[in-house]
Amino acid sequence: MIRLEPRPRASKAMRYLSPVIAAALTGVCGVIFSALAGLDPLDTFYAFFIAPIDDRYGLGELGVKAAPLMLIATGLAIGFRSNVWNIGAEGQLTLGAVSGGGLVLLFYDSGSAWLLPGAVVAGAIGGMLWAAIPAILRTRFNTNEILVSLMLNYVALLLLSYLVHGPWRDPEGFNFPESRLFPDSAMLPVILADTRLHLGFLFAVAAVAIGWVFVRRSFIGYQMRVAGLAGGAAEYAGFNRARMIWIGLLAGGAAAGVAGICEAAGPIGQLLPSISPGYGYAAIIVAFVGRLHPIGILLASLLMSLLYLGGEAAQMELGLPSAVTGIFQGVLLFLLLAVDLFVNYRVRFKTTVVEEALS
Amino acid sequence: MTADAGGGFTAPRLELRQITKSYPAVMANDGVSLRVMPGEIHAVLGENGAGKSTLMKIIYGVVRADAGEMLWNGRPVSISNPAEARRLGIGMVFQHFSLFETLTVAENIALAVDGPFDLEALAARIDAVSERYGLPLDPGRLVHSMSVGERQRVEIVRCLLQEPELLIMDEPTSVLTPQAVRGLFETLQRLASEGCSVLYISHKLEELRTLCHKATVMRDGRVTGMADPARESAAELARLMVGRELPVCTHAPAREGGAVRLEIDGLSRRSDDPFGTDLEDIRLRVHGGEIVGIAGISGNGQQELLACLSGEQPLARAQAARIRIDGREAGHLDTAARRGLGLAVVPEDRLGRGVVAAMPLTDNALLTAHRRGMVRFGMVLSSKVEAFAGRCVRDFDVRCSGVDAEARTLSGGNLQKFIVGREILQKPAVLIAAQPTWGVDVGASAAIRQALIDLRDEGVAILVLSEELEELFEISDRIAVIARGRMSAARAARGTDMEEIGLLMSGLSSDAQLECAHD
Amino acid sequence: METATAIFLATLAAGTPLVFAALGELVAEKSGVLNLGVEGMMIAGAVLAFLVAAETGVLWLGVLAAVLAGAAMAALFAVVTLSFQANQVAAGLALTIFGIGASAYLGLDYTGVALKGIGPVDIPVLGELPVIGPLLFALDPLVYLSFVMFAAVVWFLYRTKAGLVLRGIGESPASAHAIGYPVIGIRYLAVLFGGAMAGLGGAYLALAYTPLWVEAMTAGRGWIALALVVFGTWRPGRVMLGAYLFGGITIVQFHVQAIGIDLPPQVLSMLPYLATIVVLVLISRHAGMIRINAPASLGMSYHPAA
Repeated sequence: MIRLEPRPRASKAMRYLSPVIAAALTGVCGVIFSALAGLDPLDTFYAFFIAPIDDRYGLGELGVKAAPLMLIATGLAIGFRSNVWNIGAEGQLTLGAVSGGGLVLLFYDSGSAWLLPGAVVAGAIGGMLWAAIPAILRTRFNTNEILVSLMLNYVALLLLSYLVHGPWRDPEGFNFPESRLFPDSAMLPVILADTRLHLGFLFAVAAVAIGWVFVRRSFIGYQMRVAGLAGGAAEYAGFNRARMIWIGLLAGGAAAGVAGICEAAGPIGQLLPSISPGYGYAAIIVAFVGRLHPIGILLASLLMSLLYLGGEAAQMELGLPSAVTGIFQGVLLFLLLAVDLFVNYRVRFKTTVVEEALS
Repeated sequence: MTADAGGGFTAPRLELRQITKSYPAVMANDGVSLRVMPGEIHAVLGENGAGKSTLMKIIYGVVRADAGEMLWNGRPVSISNPAEARRLGIGMVFQHFSLFETLTVAENIALAVDGPFDLEALAARIDAVSERYGLPLDPGRLVHSMSVGERQRVEIVRCLLQEPELLIMDEPTSVLTPQAVRGLFETLQRLASEGCSVLYISHKLEELRTLCHKATVMRDGRVTGMADPARESAAELARLMVGRELPVCTHAPAREGGAVRLEIDGLSRRSDDPFGTDLEDIRLRVHGGEIVGIAGISGNGQQELLACLSGEQPLARAQAARIRIDGREAGHLDTAARRGLGLAVVPEDRLGRGVVAAMPLTDNALLTAHRRGMVRFGMVLSSKVEAFAGRCVRDFDVRCSGVDAEARTLSGGNLQKFIVGREILQKPAVLIAAQPTWGVDVGASAAIRQALIDLRDEGVAILVLSEELEELFEISDRIAVIARGRMSAARAARGTDMEEIGLLMSGLSSDAQLECAHD
Repeated sequence: METATAIFLATLAAGTPLVFAALGELVAEKSGVLNLGVEGMMIAGAVLAFLVAAETGVLWLGVLAAVLAGAAMAALFAVVTLSFQANQVAAGLALTIFGIGASAYLGLDYTGVALKGIGPVDIPVLGELPVIGPLLFALDPLVYLSFVMFAAVVWFLYRTKAGLVLRGIGESPASAHAIGYPVIGIRYLAVLFGGAMAGLGGAYLALAYTPLWVEAMTAGRGWIALALVVFGTWRPGRVMLGAYLFGGITIVQFHVQAIGIDLPPQVLSMLPYLATIVVLVLISRHAGMIRINAPASLGMSYHPAA
């Protein structure tokens, strides 16, 4: 008889393996999906996963899309570790673009060398302010931060839409809802010739490094880990819950805000009604698939970036809608959650098992 | 007394043959056999972790045995769920009650009674049964507003409505005052005289000797003996249960004249939790070099008091003077600041509060001991943490695979030794311990009690909250009682007895008793 | 009078998808399961309702397809969280992301296609009564169905033993297990019901409210439904009232412009989301009321073997 039984202790190997297994199973799902859609699975697989990155430009694009995911997921993971569920990164990203982009538009003609750094800082502040709303409501009124941060995503998108349709619309833009193109002095420099890979990628890698120190070495990182694993223990030890909520939300908000302005001042170069293809949501999946660990997040963001690139390629070459990216994102997270069962359980083929008690 | 243990011609009410049940890490029941006659009160005796509760859950159909046979009134049966057990006539009162806080008494009972769903008719039946057995209950009351004793009554009435032939009671007296225990025993004896069998699970030797006709003793999942509890001495039963003599903790009386190190002066606090208890005008002084025990039935304000004392629920600034540690006002301080004044706390819940189950002992040492030089510039110094955890494991004889063992892999006793050790090694001025030996094996209990006494002799003020009167009388120099959020005056342990403390536990409503709290 | 009737009917229509989704989620949450995937289940219901109705020309087949789609999505969630004990927050998010992606893919060929939607019922005599005729007897059948579902949920939760068992499981799964109830099985049913109701809500959007397929047409209504359950402190009557309150806020934006207040449309569109935040804050201050009405085990994994 096959049955599931709890492991005496969680399997370390499975903790690291399960994201890999989930990714592989997602690939299998993709093959089945393409077969069902009447496409040649091998061609689809090639078009989806190999073709987008088989040249220098493609690798650059991998970095371009991984950067915001990596940055945001690193920030979100800090909160997630302590059960602070910020799912408003999409809105915080948008506010980052709005405040950073607003600064650029305000000092449009200054040509100052400080414009770009100022915009990045303004982006971080914008994201943090947006994240501060759920933080203050949670700490003051105990309002659920999941729903508040999520609602603010819609509000942020409408705000951006209002700005680019109204006051910030490019006067010479033929009435298109978009801002003026950012001046060169406000654009992030490209760091790899012949690609679009920009400085924002280095911000993301730096964030991963900072995240690593925070998680593995710092006392506050430890406190947040305790709070996530056992809220009672954190209360008993006297760790300040409100501080953790603030840090968790602000870290995600700052990261998302920087990612937002880096999109506007990077690959996009202006403000549009939509500046993110759902990076704020995808980063949540990246954080989970990366096991909330900075290194894992680095790898997972590359995988997720590939899913985005594959989706775009599939759109152009196979005529599939870009929405398939969303399908695969959901499937990936689902499979990860399912495979995670085997971190704490194992399959047995006998009815009775006698084992030595652990000392 | 109708115990017909000889076998005679009557079929046993229940007979178990070679019941075996294993979990991944432990063998919970290993070839357990047991026989209960009609009208017999049969004790199942054993330490925590001996496998008693698993065995009862198998009988009640909550857990399925891996192997073995069960006979009910002479016929082999296989019970796959509690509903079947109830249909056969088996009722069970759980140690941690299986009640639903936000439902009424009648709704709670309806959930475990078959038949049409008619709360009004059921309420009438509840009234009838509670009258007949002298167990007053209001069917319309919400369970969360009830005391522990009343909740137990709900469970018992719920079983009695089924007219059971076998009633399983899992550690029923751990939550009752000595007086309430007598009432419970009368009910059980009355049931037995009507022919109902009782399986009575306990680790308290004395009460078994007064109540039970027969006893089956278990240790490490096996039956280690059968006994007639009335004839055997408590020591004899203990030997069967533990496998050796019971260690007894003795200590000289506390030295008099230590300075007051913990002072609670008129502490009142409304509970934030709608199901909680309000604290009213609590006064207590604990001197250096003494252990003060606080007795009380759970749910009478112990948790709230502990939260106020530990700093998890700090008081308003205006009330700072209500709590003093070594003379300094501490009422308004949070946990961290109070620990800075020399307070250490051993919480009631071990896994999930005292330690984080999924973290290694090193990380769990850091939980409260981080003040002892383990953090610099916001970064954790892991070598210091490891040294501290290693010392704790060595000094307090914590059996584990090493300091990087996850807390959840330790037994309850070793885990508690680790927690107590971690707190003691921080050289506290005041130590507060809640239920320090609850669910801990006898050996570890004795070690923990001895450690507390040694700490007392070093001049530390120790406050112990416990529901086990035996424990409090063993280690306390003075004992106070908390009931309904009020506290009695502390009296010398050697000048009082369980009877008096028990009376106080059942309620401090009269003014006379309150006045003595203000001595 | 005409305007008042129109506002009333529009409010009812705007509130109805929320009634379905929020009542379904209420039942799931009462069993202790927090399914954050309402938005995903709702959009799955919407796209399948539209697709099946457009292909077959039979509106009611579309409604049926939406119910099945919502339940199927909920089944995915249930397997992962109940059988595999995954984190309910993460699984709910996965369901929403998957649902939005899958609906966009399935609905691609139908984007912008319009359909003759479900119209009001035609009751002779009663429907022609002055004032109350159009208000009460000329609504569309799905609105009547939402009234029926409301009554059914109230009856089930508070008048049947099965409802009592469900509430008990949400309060204390361990106790329910100890007295012999199949906790996981009952939670499965509750989650499936929640999914079916979210699917119905989606069907109402795609077949009655705006019989037109637009990508991501639920526009956060699933999330608002989740907030409504909190706002209604897990009581069906308040949840239903909350749904109509939000229906009212949704249509305010059209009428504000009509009476000449000149606000940008984006600002008006923010109203329901901002209102959600406001009501959540207002209700959060009543911690005691939440504790008494909220299922104590909400969002926590439970496994009998553990």
